[in-house]
Amino acid sequence: MIEIKFLRMKPGHGEVLLTEGDPRVREEEERLVEEFRSQLDQGMWAAVPTENARSGRREAQMVREYAEIPPEAERVIFFPRAAGG
Amino acid sequence: MLLALLVLALIAATLAAPVVARAVSGRARGFGDGSRRERLAPEIGYDPGRERRAEQRARQLLRSCVNDEEWGMYRDLGFIRVDGRKRPGRRATDPAQVAAGPAPYAYLVYPHKPILAYVPGSGQLLSEYCVQFPDLTGAGSTRLPASDDVLAKWMALTSDESRVIGRANMHLVGRQLDPSRVRRDLWRLAEWERRRGNQGSVEARRA
Repeated sequence: MIEIKFLRMKPGHGEVLLTEGDPRVREEEERLVEEFRSQLDQGMWAAVPTENARSGRREAQMVREYAEIPPEAERVIFFPRAAGG
Repeated sequence: MLLALLVLALIAATLAAPVVARAVSGRARGFGDGSRRERLAPEIGYDPGRERRAEQRARQLLRSCVNDEEWGMYRDLGFIRVDGRKRPGRRATDPAQVAAGPAPYAYLVYPHKPILAYVPGSGQLLSEYCVQFPDLTGAGSTRLPASDDVLAKWMALTSDESRVIGRANMHLVGRQLDPSRVRRDLWRLAEWERRRGNQGSVEARRA
């Protein structure tokens, strides 16, 4: 895993950088894990933009736990969970 | 006599006080318009420049996530088509063949409007899914910039379609989206793909 950024969509701001760090560095990983949990506790969904290796199609992968973040991910985007409109 | 005059003056002053106070405050308003606006601005909390900057950032984020075709579609047409999940039929045995074939249904993703499901082969409109992504953690607006709303729908549909569709309120087309406008958008999409030379798409073949 390389340096990873946690971004969050915010009304009136666009995306906001929450934190970034190298998961191979223990202190930085702890900070990333804490921020990840904090965002999910606030009711956010987390997704990683990816590219399908077979089809080349861009898509997203929803992650429910920090451990589910793909090793090659460069960013995780947090956004409010869906609600019926 | 002097006492009577003094009493009369006091009564007159008491009666005139509200009128004078209104006149003075009105004049203060007239002279101090700029400063009043400045005082009111934080109360109103609306800054068009801020909203525009937020939308510009959201567009950059969207562009960095979707592919060139989807970005071009959003930039030129104002919506993105997302293919529905491709399930292998009874006759299909090769997963690669299933993945390469046309999707049985697709969605049109508009900013701050319901997601529309339709059949690409026939153009039949299926249903609209009313879904929002309200940010309830802050004290201000709960509404994401338009391009963030599109990206949130795109990420939700491409990663966990059943979850987002399960949370949406499903209606027949026409509740919030105008069917004739949607059909026009499908026609615009077909023309757009034809101009791009994407003859393989279902919409382009139908046009």
